[in-house]
Amino acid sequence: MAQNRTVAKALAALGGVIVCAPLTALADRPMSVLRSAGPKGDPVLQLNWGLLAISILVVVIIGTLLVLALSRQPQPRLAFDARGPLPVSRPAGGITWIYVGIGLTALTLLGSLVWSMVVLANVAVPSGKGGLELQVIGHQWWWQVNYIGDPISRRFTTANEIHIPVGVPVRITLKSADVIHSFWVPALSGKTDLIPGQTNTTWIEAREAGTYRGQCGEYCGAQHAHMAFSVVADPPATFDAWWQAQLADSPPPTDDSAKAGKIAFVRRCGSCHTVRGTDAGGIYGPDLTHLTQRATIAAGVLPNTPGHRGAWIADPQGIKPGSQMPVLSLSGPEIAAIQAYLATLK
Amino acid sequence: MTVADYSREPRILAESYDSPLAERLKTLWETKPGIIGWLSTVDHKEIGIRYIVTSFAFLVLGGIEALIVRLQLAQPEQSVVTPTQYNELFSMHGVTMIFLYALPVLSGFSNYLWPLILGSRDMALPRLNAFSYWTFLFSGLFLYAGFAIGAGPNDGWFNYVPYALKPFNPGPSQDFYALGFIFFGLSVTAGGINFMVTALRTRAPGMSINRFPMMIWGTLTANAGNLLAVPSVSLAFFMLWTDRQFGTHFFNVEAGGQPLLWQHLFWMFGHPWVYAIVLPAMSIVSDGLPVFCRRPLVGHTAVALATVITMIIGFGVWVHHMFATGLPNLAMSFFNAASFVIVIPSAVSVFAWVATIWTGRFIYATASLFFVSFIWLFVIGGVSGFLTGSVPVDWQVTDTYFVVGHIHYVLIGINVFPVVGGLYLWFPKMTGRMLNERLGRWNFWTMFLGFNLGFFPMHISGLMGMPRRVYTYPDGLGWNTVNLVTTIGAFIFAIGVLLLVINVLVSRKHGRIAGPNPWDASNLEWSTPSPPPPYNFVVLPTVASRHPLWEDRLNETEGRSTIHEGAVLDHGKETLGVSPLDAIPDAILKMPHDSIMPLCLSLSLMVLFVGLLLKTGWLIGLALLAGCIFSLIWLWPRVSQGQRREPAT
Repeated sequence: MAQNRTVAKALAALGGVIVCAPLTALADRPMSVLRSAGPKGDPVLQLNWGLLAISILVVVIIGTLLVLALSRQPQPRLAFDARGPLPVSRPAGGITWIYVGIGLTALTLLGSLVWSMVVLANVAVPSGKGGLELQVIGHQWWWQVNYIGDPISRRFTTANEIHIPVGVPVRITLKSADVIHSFWVPALSGKTDLIPGQTNTTWIEAREAGTYRGQCGEYCGAQHAHMAFSVVADPPATFDAWWQAQLADSPPPTDDSAKAGKIAFVRRCGSCHTVRGTDAGGIYGPDLTHLTQRATIAAGVLPNTPGHRGAWIADPQGIKPGSQMPVLSLSGPEIAAIQAYLATLK
Repeated sequence: MTVADYSREPRILAESYDSPLAERLKTLWETKPGIIGWLSTVDHKEIGIRYIVTSFAFLVLGGIEALIVRLQLAQPEQSVVTPTQYNELFSMHGVTMIFLYALPVLSGFSNYLWPLILGSRDMALPRLNAFSYWTFLFSGLFLYAGFAIGAGPNDGWFNYVPYALKPFNPGPSQDFYALGFIFFGLSVTAGGINFMVTALRTRAPGMSINRFPMMIWGTLTANAGNLLAVPSVSLAFFMLWTDRQFGTHFFNVEAGGQPLLWQHLFWMFGHPWVYAIVLPAMSIVSDGLPVFCRRPLVGHTAVALATVITMIIGFGVWVHHMFATGLPNLAMSFFNAASFVIVIPSAVSVFAWVATIWTGRFIYATASLFFVSFIWLFVIGGVSGFLTGSVPVDWQVTDTYFVVGHIHYVLIGINVFPVVGGLYLWFPKMTGRMLNERLGRWNFWTMFLGFNLGFFPMHISGLMGMPRRVYTYPDGLGWNTVNLVTTIGAFIFAIGVLLLVINVLVSRKHGRIAGPNPWDASNLEWSTPSPPPPYNFVVLPTVASRHPLWEDRLNETEGRSTIHEGAVLDHGKETLGVSPLDAIPDAILKMPHDSIMPLCLSLSLMVLFVGLLLKTGWLIGLALLAGCIFSLIWLWPRVSQGQRREPAT
């Protein structure tokens, strides 16, 4: 009997501490899947909580039944050290458990299936017409973002930071330049893979202005861990201003250090990176035309400050080992000059 | 027993295990002394124990890899290992646990127990049995050879293309994995065939298919599934290898290949495989738990059918691993539904187990604690699977730690816990000595608490959006504490496994003497001495019910099984062959003698795969030639092995 209580207490304590307590604290984490910031996330969030509640209930019910089954045993308990053969019998009634259990299970599953299908249909496409169109291309290990609206003069490319207007559905086509990645912004949408040779689509819509963190959801090699991005939802006016600013070329540098930096940049960095309005037109790395407008560099690895930019240029392989950004063995003055130039990319 | 094909009419006698007949049988069946004898044995008990020991060694290796991974993740932004090392560690951990531990350990139990449970003297194809063990061992060593030289699998066990292709993965890692898996698949296939034939052909007379103990159902179903599933992935790995080495274009996008083809082929195998590595473990509980509840399993027939149905539906759910790949909603709805339907047969088993405890008289023992806790862990792993089966939920939780939590509740909860419980149950049969119960309680509670402390928080970190397969994570996303707790729990769990190892090592020599049936259990294996003699049964028993050793107390059948009186088969190594469904004896099977050829053939395969890896023509040719010669020697017909009446001379 003492052992019963131990089992019961252990199970109860374990259940209480590790199931209930942290669940309530989950919803406000940046990447939490138990949070929704838009019409696509809402029905999924309800389904998440609903099926989670069913699951927890099932675990608690079966756990309770097990504890009860162990504690209602007739006394004295049997033990193997007793002399002679132990009793064996086939008490009736066992099979009823299976009938009742299966009946309840099947009903629950049926309900859950219908609910899942309804949600699936609801979030398949945005309810409203119109909206914004984007193309996201996954690279090892960063995100290329193409704004592909009409007319062509309104198109531009950026990286790792997707700006969208609040309250507008944004249709996104997903492609990959190398291996499989997965587009995932928990607060706005579940995952859709970016698969080479195939074009997938997804959509997002944010109810309120804010920054929503996203991260690659499919293992894609050495730096899969460092392939984050963010979706910044702006009020429509702010968004339009941002777009307008993005369309412009970067202003030419004025001070000498930055001018020298520009020359060094075009020579050393320009075969991979683009800065519109200069001779740097590489397509292998992120477009840096308005670099300083972004919050982070290296796909979310470092905050976008002059110091961090310098550190990144000096030793990309130390910060993000395996990254496609090579160590260029730049001299100290070269780094300082490029740093100064990058600071002008507003 | 009068069947024309018998070479003779066997005598029916009552004999004991210390009779002159037993002595004669022992000389006929026992493994020859010396190293050659050890390497040549085809005794299923030897092979079974080797399977168990080898797979446990792999479990320990995979566990060490996991602990390093957990050290790296204990805090954000750590550099215990490099990203490349991390990716090899988590990949090798998965490959080790899923392939080199989870199935082989169950094959080990079944290998050891099947002939004893079935009332026979060996597996139907003993040399194939030895071959499948050696092939398992060598394929494991092959994979680990790559790992040791820094070329282990580095793309997870699922090995998605195009990352696994040459442009992204130029080193030999993927060649080791592709060839190593094909090699391993040969072992699984050979083993699967052997289990099928054994279940259908070499049983005690009277053990008709409706009297199969659950251990037979679980392993039989799993191996039937494997025979259908493994070709899919062996083919996929072969295609991967030719894409890499010979420029074929199955997966190569530039030339029109399809990355999703890999995922379909892999998961068409992968999902059935997951059932193959839990169904036999579930059947360990279905057979073991009733012993500690002093009653037959509730709903034996229902649970047996549920086992088979699970496997069948298990072939129709693979796309739930691919819900995020952009497949049409209609297709995904079907697989969502199938993933929910498969819950039903699992629920049959769960309610059967609960009802067995509820209506039985439960006896506390380390084994029964493992079995009871397994039921609860099974439910947790089950409901998290139910959650990921729902397409919209899966879009959020797939590839997060939630799924890592799920897979560990499935593989540790449903495989490791029953296996350890099974070890406490059958160790006395295997060694003649009991495992220490006091140490056993420590073992159980450390494993149980460590496991839940370590792996339950993975669900939490998953719901907080932590992706899986990341070598590190930033501060400030709320993942720090759960990861630290996970690491602590993993180490406690590892201590639990260590306690098990200590218990096995100590009890092997100093444990309490067990006697033939220390648990007063019902199946045939408990009617033999512990450990059983090389020939298993001195006379072959006849079975009249599902519970031969409980018949007198259950008093449910007219007839009685005869355990100590039966056919005397002593003209060489012999056992009875029976009809597949009704187990009516129809042949005296001449069983093969020990042979070193299975080892030699397996070694030549090892050389073949090394040759393929190095693309060295003469080595490949040499290995093929040697393989042909060894096969010829293995299969060379001998009159003494003839299965039919010898013609009158």
